[in-house]
Amino acid sequence: MNSRIVILAVVARPLYLVILLASLWVLLRGHNEPGGGFIGGLMAVSATILWGVAHGTTAARARLPLGDAVWPAVIGLLLAAISGVPGLLDGEAYLTHRAWTLAFVSVELKLSTVLLFDIGVYLAVWGALAGYALALLAVDEQEQEGGPA
Amino acid sequence: MIWAVAAALWVSLASGVYLCLSRDVFRVALGLAVVGAGVNLALLASGRLGSVQPAVVPKGQPFLELASNPLPQALVLTAIVIGFALVCFSLALVLGLIRDAGTDDALELRAAEPVPGNDIKPPATDPAHEPEWPPEGRA
Amino acid sequence: MSALATAPAIVPLAAAALVTAVRSRPRLQQALAMAASVALLGCALALLAQVAAGETVVVAFGGWPSPMAIEFVVDRTAAALVLITALMGVAAVLFLASDADVGDRHPLLLPLLFGVLAGAGGAFVTGDLFNLYVWFEVMLICALGLLAIGARVDQLDASFKYLALNLLGTLLLLFAVAAVYGVTGHLNFTALAGAAPAVAPGLWLAVLTLLMVAFLVKAGAFPVYAWLPASYHTLPAPVLALIAGLLTKVGIYALLRTLGDVFSPAPAVLYEVLGWVAAATMLFGVLGAAYHWDMRRILAFHIISQVGYILLGIALASVAGYAATLFYTLHHIVVKANLFLIAAIIWRLTGSYDLRRIGGLYVTRPWMTLLLLIPALSLVGIPPLSGFWAKLLLLQEAIGQGRVVWTVVALVVSVLTLYSMMKIWMEAFWKRHPDAEWQPPADTQLAPAWAVTVGLAGVTVWISLYPQALLVYVQAAAATLGGR
Repeated sequence: MNSRIVILAVVARPLYLVILLASLWVLLRGHNEPGGGFIGGLMAVSATILWGVAHGTTAARARLPLGDAVWPAVIGLLLAAISGVPGLLDGEAYLTHRAWTLAFVSVELKLSTVLLFDIGVYLAVWGALAGYALALLAVDEQEQEGGPA
Repeated sequence: MIWAVAAALWVSLASGVYLCLSRDVFRVALGLAVVGAGVNLALLASGRLGSVQPAVVPKGQPFLELASNPLPQALVLTAIVIGFALVCFSLALVLGLIRDAGTDDALELRAAEPVPGNDIKPPATDPAHEPEWPPEGRA
Repeated sequence: MSALATAPAIVPLAAAALVTAVRSRPRLQQALAMAASVALLGCALALLAQVAAGETVVVAFGGWPSPMAIEFVVDRTAAALVLITALMGVAAVLFLASDADVGDRHPLLLPLLFGVLAGAGGAFVTGDLFNLYVWFEVMLICALGLLAIGARVDQLDASFKYLALNLLGTLLLLFAVAAVYGVTGHLNFTALAGAAPAVAPGLWLAVLTLLMVAFLVKAGAFPVYAWLPASYHTLPAPVLALIAGLLTKVGIYALLRTLGDVFSPAPAVLYEVLGWVAAATMLFGVLGAAYHWDMRRILAFHIISQVGYILLGIALASVAGYAATLFYTLHHIVVKANLFLIAAIIWRLTGSYDLRRIGGLYVTRPWMTLLLLIPALSLVGIPPLSGFWAKLLLLQEAIGQGRVVWTVVALVVSVLTLYSMMKIWMEAFWKRHPDAEWQPPADTQLAPAWAVTVGLAGVTVWISLYPQALLVYVQAAAATLGGR
């Protein structure tokens, strides 16, 4: 019944976390260096696909933020849309971005509306592409279990 | 360099169009993806290909001569993302189509367009391929 | 306020996200969708009020200086088309509340519907060639989703045919965008208009031909219209009305914006070719319609035929021609969507779209005759309905330029259009129902459907009886095209 590979299932657990952390690092790195929301989102999708192959698509779907592929996509789209509003409030064009530097005791924290946009892209890419990939994997699973449901 | 890109463009367009002309729907989907790759190359080539130097330089440093234009690179990235989504969709669609219709031959896929059995009158659509009447739960 | 110019794209996109968020609660989703489409209509009206005063609303994203930024530019042409897009959105969402061939309520139906609206709205207002391509892709992906969402075999089959030919069209468009950027170094419409005259004429002709062919695929012109009648008839009615009304018109708008405005005057041979393509499109579309007996297929072929008329106005390459194109487009979207919706009501009342299986509606619903005849005769161009004024404007200009063949084709096609409209009337209304035992269905939920179709017929009647207001508007709009 269960034809999954044991080694993959075991390795997937730490790898999933590592890939997600790496994708977050790539997302934040995009502030000044190559990287950003899209590429980070793609890495996150690869983590989801890994989990889908190792533990099945239902389990992988449940591991996505809020337990479904559509939610990250929706929230991401809304975040990206909202990120353009602060510029609008200052009387400039939509999507005119703002940046602030917050100084803590010894650390400087750089915040910007671009980061919000990037997080939105990250979530949207993760949600949308993970949805596609899991749907395709599910077709494969159905065939292995003997024809379409 | 530009000749190498032109040759690659020619090869990908020719092989993509060749695949598109196939009767096998899966090959058509692949062919469209290959044509898309060729078109992306053309888009990339529309800004110069002369240099591998970065186009964005730190403030205060001199402008780089012969640097390639960053705009087409941004454009091609967008086009790749969109093309990626369409390839995903087309693969899912072709998979479902082959599974449900039981064939991958474009000439046998006549569910939406039945073959006329009469020279003069158009075919009547199979009721199984029509919306269900009356709608569910209504007389 | 310039931010209003982003509304045609941003409002439907936000609406798509919102209705996805509440997808597990169909009633709330429907209510939100209705609110969002009315909000879009409000924004469109506000935009129209602003541009009607002679102002062009421009917003440059991110506040970048002009040729660098992606701009949304709303002039009179764009504002009118955005208004009609919003109107179609309201009509489709309201019609979904009825039970006339609305399909199974899939939770992602409304988000995709708003995606199509966002794509169309964005394409109408953008001032950037690459951005135009992006909106075409948004529309393509969402329309494909709507086609495939029902997952019947014929729908998957239709989506595949739609995908294959349309994707080839978009790739042509992308290639053309690359070529335009390669020879001019610009994507912004204003900058392109300035850079175009400096390009070598032979090269420019090749580039523009590529662009024109790409838009002709999207518009469903002869001989590249095969995707349209192969796929449209599998859609549920309100979605079909929206897509049939809007999608081909976006291709036409793009052609008008490029050949008629940004790159005007383009090489004369392009307009000449376009004119013959338009004449062939009219003729072959109407011949396809004359052959078929399924109402949806008849109407789908009539889209192609009418696209021919609209293209003819662009081919005439004059202010009067562009005004006729715009008038025709606005009148046609309303009429065509209404005809598809009325066909769906006929389906609900008689049980089939195939004219051979139905009949007897005149006995049970005499007033519906009037409802059908307003858009049907308007499509034909019987005075004093709106189609008559549109054709009058177009053919006056065609005769004025001495284009006798095109005019004759247009008139002959009108007669053939009358033939297939009369076929619907004779078969569905006048003849007896082929099944003598047939009883009209008792338990129907058609109130929203009647409201939508009567409302759209009202718009047609308004244009018919008072064409002057629209005429003045489109002439003012056409006068600003090509005058950069």
